[in-house]
Amino acid sequence: MARVHRDVGVPSWIFVPAAAGAVFVLLPLAAMVTRVEWGSFFELITSESSREALLLSLKTSTISTLACIVIGVPMAVVLARTEFPGQGFLRSLVLLPLVLPPVVGGIALLYTFGRRGLLGETIDVLGFQIAFSTTAVVMAQTFVALPFLVVSLEGALRTAGRRYEVVAASLGARPTTVFRRVTIPLVLPGLVSGAVLSFARALGEFGATITFAGSLQGVTRTLPLEIYLRRETDADAAVALSLVLVVVAVVVIGFARQGRTAL
Amino acid sequence: MKRWCTTLAALLLVTATAACSDDDPDSADPGGDGGTTLTVFAAASLTSSFEQLGESFEKSHEGVQVDFNFAGSSDLVAQVQSGAPADVFASADEANMDKLTADDLQGSDPELFATNTLEIATPPDNPADVQSLEDLANPEINLVICAPEVPCGAASQSVAEAAGVTLEPDSEEQSVTDVLGKVTSGEADAGLVYVTDVITAGDAVQGIELPESASVLNSYPIATVADSENADLAQAFVDLVLSDEGQQVLADAGFGRP
Amino acid sequence: MTFTFSAHVPDRDVDVTFTVASGETVALLGPNGAGKSTVLAVAAGLIRPDKGEITLDGRPLTTTGGSGRHAWVAPHDREIALLAQDPLLFPHLSVLDNVEFAPRARGVARSRAHATARHWLDQVGVAELADRRPSQISGGQAQRVAVARALAADPRLLLLDEPMAALDVAVTPALRQTLRSVLAERSVVLVTHDALDALLLADTVIVLDRGRIVEQGPAAEVLTRPRSAFAARIAGLNILRGTWHGDRVQTPDGATIQGMVDGDSPRDGDTAVAVFSPSAVSVFRDPPGGSPRNVLAARVTEIEPHGDRIRVRAAGLSADVTAQAVAELDLVPGAAVTFSVKATEVAVYRS
Repeated sequence: MARVHRDVGVPSWIFVPAAAGAVFVLLPLAAMVTRVEWGSFFELITSESSREALLLSLKTSTISTLACIVIGVPMAVVLARTEFPGQGFLRSLVLLPLVLPPVVGGIALLYTFGRRGLLGETIDVLGFQIAFSTTAVVMAQTFVALPFLVVSLEGALRTAGRRYEVVAASLGARPTTVFRRVTIPLVLPGLVSGAVLSFARALGEFGATITFAGSLQGVTRTLPLEIYLRRETDADAAVALSLVLVVVAVVVIGFARQGRTAL
Repeated sequence: MKRWCTTLAALLLVTATAACSDDDPDSADPGGDGGTTLTVFAAASLTSSFEQLGESFEKSHEGVQVDFNFAGSSDLVAQVQSGAPADVFASADEANMDKLTADDLQGSDPELFATNTLEIATPPDNPADVQSLEDLANPEINLVICAPEVPCGAASQSVAEAAGVTLEPDSEEQSVTDVLGKVTSGEADAGLVYVTDVITAGDAVQGIELPESASVLNSYPIATVADSENADLAQAFVDLVLSDEGQQVLADAGFGRP
Repeated sequence: MTFTFSAHVPDRDVDVTFTVASGETVALLGPNGAGKSTVLAVAAGLIRPDKGEITLDGRPLTTTGGSGRHAWVAPHDREIALLAQDPLLFPHLSVLDNVEFAPRARGVARSRAHATARHWLDQVGVAELADRRPSQISGGQAQRVAVARALAADPRLLLLDEPMAALDVAVTPALRQTLRSVLAERSVVLVTHDALDALLLADTVIVLDRGRIVEQGPAAEVLTRPRSAFAARIAGLNILRGTWHGDRVQTPDGATIQGMVDGDSPRDGDTAVAVFSPSAVSVFRDPPGGSPRNVLAARVTEIEPHGDRIRVRAAGLSADVTAQAVAELDLVPGAAVTFSVKATEVAVYRS
């Protein structure tokens, strides 16, 4: 479709607070860069514990993002495409992890999936141990990242509307075929941006992880936990790892933007 | 979409407002009623004892208000190094006090005022039936200790080494509080925490004494901070901690004498 | 194929009953809000009526509110295709993939679906656009593709919801012509507010007003001689039949009419029809001189109020004029008048 550019201009004063906002966000990042010990930077970020933390973070965030897609897409579809009593309330609850302090999320997970939690004994009987495992990290990340996917996808679904789905159904396509061949392709950009937001959120997850999963090198100590721990003894390493996390996040978001414009 | 946007906007607003009100610097208010405020930075394990001593100090010093900042010792040092307005610093280990000394930020020579030893903490019913340090080497049990980077973790390692036991923790936590939390919630079968933490936790945990830990005392130093505007008051507070009254309060909380 | 429809939707105050015979095109004619789209939505299974019975070849699609067994067939299982005002081509699929959509969804092998799609694209005259994206074709072309896509589904009944309303007037005659050829022999329900569409595409016209059928019958009859005042207002077209000579229609009684040819141009001697609206007609007592208009001499047979206008009928034609004009021209039954209509207001098509 042809892009129409309507240039009606913006009030000139608006650049001042906008610039102030940009400075507010960028200055701390710049300040952090100035504190990096470049001489030992490579050494600091390639230490065994750093590498393990980075790998664990990338691995768990990827799995969490997939989990968010698997359960978040159906949730968004149900919220956007159906009506039932209490739906508004349910939507607010789904939003909850977005506003809860992650630590609270961690505590809630603990009381659900912990060894003495609501489902803990059942899980124990099944022979799983979630406590102090990488699974717990993925659960904590999924818990906090899920709303990002649901919110952006539900928005995309509502914007896309039902008209194409109605046409597809009238052409004889079953609901599953409509979902696969029409609904999802139409909201793919929304799905991609939701997944990227979820990934970024999972990558930065700290509070719920430390509360629910614990912290052990290579198993549950993700990059944010490693940064926080390193700060105790080695501020240079903490700063260097922080920069790595920032770079990874920027790369992911940049990649997603590229992907969206290509769609 | 619109509904989400509205909700998100409202949430952002709330978060921003909350964040802004957090910024109100209590320390900038000099005692509210024109009095003097003494700011004490103290290790988190000292919370209950120092609050008690603070009240006593306020009673004996008319018009003085004592404000506390309880946190991990390394956080506190980092704050003082960044210029936080502290008058007194009480650390849970000597390493962090040394950082202050190295930066020439101490007003008086550090003095040791308490010791703390490690104990095993288990949930009240002790589900894994832990009785000794040797039991903690069993990989079957969920063991949580402090990370070696923090004082209690360093102490845990020393105790284990002294006893010749190899610990296989399921998690290495950032602070003693986190270890205790994992034990009280039942996630962990056992944790290594300070005696004082076991006492503070009350019925929530069961403490098992560790004879091996006697050799690994954790010593708490206290000093005034160089830039203190109330150097005399600061010294008076340090004196209170070192006095018989202070020592009794600390002993009640489970601390040992240095 | 026989399609029977009877539904009551109190929410929208629609209560309509009609049938579509095999190969018949039924036009639902009415103003906005008359309930035309509701009827289509109920037929397609997008709305459940409170009370209704809809069958296709005896198979109950929707049965509700009655004493008997309730039935409900999902939209995708009705063998009824819906073509809306907007083409709604799937933007992520090529034109060919769009037309292939229905056969592929039914599980037809790719090569056969390909052939079907190519056939229908050819039928609607846009075969060369097969590899384009929907964003790369014009609105008129897109609607042709949408027609091909609906036909590729091989529906037993085709529902058209104002298929030309969103198109540029310049392309509607050509699309109308295409629809005439591809819809022949098909069972179709066509929703429109344009009486000309109804006349050219439908066998039967049903006039809807505020959710009720006010008139129904053969298209030419309802549209030229509406019995109700409402149907007259919405339809009431003037239709002149004759033969094509050069550039005009010549009626058996000698009158000639020039107009805009809709679709293929007729050849000399072909039967042709000229259609125009009563509001396009001006009335004179004396023939206007030197004008490019079509003029038809007649005697007034009837004068009746028609909304805020007065309808003057003469020689089977209608003209809507103001009350002031009636007074000034002293129009009474029996008066000799000249009806005049601009060629641009007249649609001419081969009958």
